[in-house]
Amino acid sequence: MTASKMGRRTFLQISAGTGLWLAASPLRVAAAEPGAAPPGDFQPSAWLNVDPKGAVTVWLGRSEMGQGTYTGMAVLVAEELEADWKDVRVVQADANPRYGRMSTGGSSSVRQSWEPLRKAGAAAREMLVAAAAARWGVDPGTCRAGKGAVLHAASGRRAGYGELAASAAKLPVPENPRLKDPKDFTLIGKPVPRLDTPPKTRGAAVFGIDVRVPGMLHAVVARPPALGGKVAGFDAARAMAVPGVRKVVEVPSGVAVLADTTWAALKGREALGARFDGGPNGALDSKEIARLVDAAPLEATPAKNEGDVEKALAGAVRKLSATYTLPFLAHATMEPMNCTARVDGSGAELWIPTQAPLWARGDVAKALGIPDDEVTVHTTFLGGGFGRRSFPDFPVEAALVAKAAGVPVQVTWSREDDFLGDYFRPCGKNELRGGLDAKGNLVAWHHLVRSPSISRQNFGGRPGHPDVLEGAISFPYRTGAIRIDAAVPTVGVRLGWWRSVYASQNAFPEECFLDELAHAAGKDPLAFRQGLLPANHPLQAVLALAGEKSGWGKKLPKGVARGIACHSSFGSHVAEVAEVSVKKGAIRVQRVVVAVSCGTALNPDSVAHQMEGSVVYGLSAALRGEITFSKGAAEQVNFPDQDPLHISEMPRVETHIVPSTAAPGGIGEPGLPPIAPAVANALFALTGKRQRSLPLKA
Amino acid sequence: MITLSVNGTPRPVDLSPDTPLLWALRDGLGLTGTKFGCGIGSCGSCTVLLDGAPVRSCQVTIAEVKGRKVTTIEGLSPDGTHPVQRAWIADEVPQCGYCQSGQIVAAAALLARKPRPTDADIDAAMDGVLCRCGTYDRIRRAIHRAAKEGTP
Repeated sequence: MTASKMGRRTFLQISAGTGLWLAASPLRVAAAEPGAAPPGDFQPSAWLNVDPKGAVTVWLGRSEMGQGTYTGMAVLVAEELEADWKDVRVVQADANPRYGRMSTGGSSSVRQSWEPLRKAGAAAREMLVAAAAARWGVDPGTCRAGKGAVLHAASGRRAGYGELAASAAKLPVPENPRLKDPKDFTLIGKPVPRLDTPPKTRGAAVFGIDVRVPGMLHAVVARPPALGGKVAGFDAARAMAVPGVRKVVEVPSGVAVLADTTWAALKGREALGARFDGGPNGALDSKEIARLVDAAPLEATPAKNEGDVEKALAGAVRKLSATYTLPFLAHATMEPMNCTARVDGSGAELWIPTQAPLWARGDVAKALGIPDDEVTVHTTFLGGGFGRRSFPDFPVEAALVAKAAGVPVQVTWSREDDFLGDYFRPCGKNELRGGLDAKGNLVAWHHLVRSPSISRQNFGGRPGHPDVLEGAISFPYRTGAIRIDAAVPTVGVRLGWWRSVYASQNAFPEECFLDELAHAAGKDPLAFRQGLLPANHPLQAVLALAGEKSGWGKKLPKGVARGIACHSSFGSHVAEVAEVSVKKGAIRVQRVVVAVSCGTALNPDSVAHQMEGSVVYGLSAALRGEITFSKGAAEQVNFPDQDPLHISEMPRVETHIVPSTAAPGGIGEPGLPPIAPAVANALFALTGKRQRSLPLKA
Repeated sequence: MITLSVNGTPRPVDLSPDTPLLWALRDGLGLTGTKFGCGIGSCGSCTVLLDGAPVRSCQVTIAEVKGRKVTTIEGLSPDGTHPVQRAWIADEVPQCGYCQSGQIVAAAALLARKPRPTDADIDAAMDGVLCRCGTYDRIRRAIHRAAKEGTP
């Protein structure tokens, strides 16, 4: 099971518990909604509206955090609607279960919207065609739609969607409209320019932190740095003495200082001099966490156990074992957490840069003790998400601050707050054993993953194998025997999904250890992988493509070496070849060739964008990412402590897509898991020294 | 009351003189195109032009900028058609977009000083403006495009 399926199930459970999930398809739910559209408009579902002038509005049920969904979702509707792209505009939908789960995570937006949104467009198209045919008294089969109009070729008649809107609105919504043949696509598969690009070049795109509500104050919150810590004392009078500070209120998460500007609030918080009790985790540090990881017992039964690994190892000609470790990581979205909230007798209204607006709505309602439908959630643009913005902690806190203060408020997290209050990518310790026969075939594979569980900490777990095994349990290579084990420690720091989640955590040990085995077998790392994979495995195509485009096997300048890694996650398959050198005591990744198999590439330029992004995000982590803990709190709290990749360190990233008309796979995350092992494997090729711990050292 | 000169217009703000320019722009004047990223001059998201030179607006106070010309992303061009903005659109640079105001302003300052920058010039001028989404390759491409096509 992939991490995305895990995420989906988790959300289903949560949503069902709060009554937010509707089992019907969004289209049918929408069709049952009372018509809110003005007379003369055509609104066959919650996804789109055609007005009498022919303007098409598409409601966006996902969050735009950089991945291009704002444009991509509209393309899905417009393609089947046969809309004129220049008539299409996008409106971000408020949180409402009629748009489905609305959660943006697990690289799921395109995959889950691929059918419903195209069907929404196709249903509207069939109704517009039927309306035109009725008007002309001809068979709908003799009409065709294109560029926002219906045409009747035999008579040369043409009617724009706008003039057909009112009569189309009176027709029944077809349940199974015919979808277009992929060869007729005019938008899907094309590099359609992103609709959000122009405002983002003018400073005009509204992120959460840019929301301005009349009468609103700016707030920051003094929070206990350790998980489970409590406020022990503060001096509200000293904070109030700071010019611009208006209010000090206590909320469950800490003490909020409200002021005319964020700056005054920050100064007020300093003056507050808040003191904290560390609580149960007040003495927790990285050393203790490492002890907890080592001491965690194995899960009672292996998650996978095929053949007899011990026997196979005993009979192996070559046996290898190694331990790989990964640190905790922070998300560090460029836009720090923030939320704007207004709470009064009529309910609550929130503006949130969130990946999960329905989750936020449910938790805010619960915290305020009011029904879900009295909470309005507007999703803004997100200045990065990477998994952090799925959690509802920051909206709940803002709602409680607004309620306690009795004024609309924007709670902004300083960068330090953002690091300290993160839901961290868990640490991992991986114990691997492998065996080879005389021909260099893999006869045994044992992977023990020691890592704290995001799912258990946040949701009390879930059925099936622990989430920590995502990416490990799906080991794709042929082996005589295989065993996959987990040991799941409980640690007192907040844990969360970090772009690609356990897939990258487990791909690093898996793909590096496989490289070790290739070298032990005296085989080329690419050929070794190709030989171990079943002939029809999708990784074969991306390995071959990455090998070809990177010039694998060809001579490189002195001091430069290549490494390769591949991984399947979130419904897609990616191989990466990294070219690496070490200059002036620093690892330099100069070129990365990415081959990706993701089914239909909805927008090939967005796919390239996401591969570039995954490489950069993964490299920042592989080269420098590490959060350590002292007294229960992160020791790295701003960018100099946790320095991401800079432009001067950016490798040339070349993306190659395996052509396909199959349903789309994910693209936001699958490019990330292969990068760290590809670079580590290249470093081994360069230096002969195997590094088994992230971040990598020069 | 301190009067700032922002995008060619005198803008009085009633804030304490030690207020960083960033917060005066965002919370005092409603110019939210300039972004808060780190508060310590380490990420470049808050970059604006001060008398034409790039500065981190979180690191200068309004007392310090009094009487000097501040240009923010909103004032880079009247209609978003500065050559850097046009190149940014042509190369589809932004992803999440949050750091892009800082990137664009820093790039405009570089091109004003060096109309034909080399890759090394770009590295030197742009290295302190962080992006987590991975737009660096395209930023480089767009700066070269703006240098070639632009007439600021």
